[in-house]
Amino acid sequence: MKVRVFVTLKHGVLDPQGKAIHHALEGLGFAGVNDVRAGKLIELDLADDVHDSEIEEMCRQLLANTVIENYRIEQVERAGAAA
Amino acid sequence: MKSAVIVFPGSNCDRDMAEALRLVTGRAPAMVWHREDSLPDGLDLIAIPGGFSYGDYLRSGAMAAQSEVMGAVKDAAARGVAVLGVCNGFQVLTEARLLPGALMRNAGIRFVCRDVTVKVENSQSAFTARYDAGEEIVIPVAHHDGNFQADAATLDRLEGEGRVAFRYAEEVNGSARGIAGILNEGGNVLGMMPHPERAVEAAHGLTDGRRLFEGLLEMVGQPA
Repeated sequence: MKVRVFVTLKHGVLDPQGKAIHHALEGLGFAGVNDVRAGKLIELDLADDVHDSEIEEMCRQLLANTVIENYRIEQVERAGAAA
Repeated sequence: MKSAVIVFPGSNCDRDMAEALRLVTGRAPAMVWHREDSLPDGLDLIAIPGGFSYGDYLRSGAMAAQSEVMGAVKDAAARGVAVLGVCNGFQVLTEARLLPGALMRNAGIRFVCRDVTVKVENSQSAFTARYDAGEEIVIPVAHHDGNFQADAATLDRLEGEGRVAFRYAEEVNGSARGIAGILNEGGNVLGMMPHPERAVEAAHGLTDGRRLFEGLLEMVGQPA
């Protein structure tokens, strides 16, 4: 099964990279960009018997630093589903 | 004083740290590779050096914090052994949850590499005993991810409990409340972004870092 983990900075945490991207977009002449937040996308290819709770643990222990980051797990391809 | 320096793939201040320890304590530290699951017996100090462990993949310090040797470091810290994390070592200690908060990308995006003035906030710990509270010292920094952040309650607690060891006396990286180094609850774990091991002898141009190691020597009853 394939799973996507989106790691994003928590609200209120300053995002210097997002800010730099924002400035760069403005420098390119794109108007109307209110805010930019940068994050990470991590794709996992997992055995079908890996439980959701284990994916949660992966996120909590390593993939995200929950002091500053949130994570969201998205199932791309379910076990047994046709590709 | 018996010390050890932990070495990760990508550490690059491990030998500087070892040389500073040898110079000040008169005894070369054990160099411990990250795949070891135990540490030498009778250690007084474990140093986690600066560098770019695992290429800063995922987050600075995140991979190193999961390595085998960190289990032994956590056990030693719980027994009261002094643990010093400098720069990437500070990042490793926060990722290993031995210290609170997180070190994020510098507010100005740029890698900051220069001598900075740092104020000693707490002179009660073994690490800072040879400094005066409120004293300003000059120590080099060299980091991209030194922007210390924690929630307001954690910051209040750190300040209230005297666990802010060092604070920048100038703007460096956007750190919350200018925090440059913090202690754990027991006072035996210190994480700091500035590099004391790069300021221990005349040839370095700066010597204000030397007293940190001298304080540790005093802790174990050896004259500095």
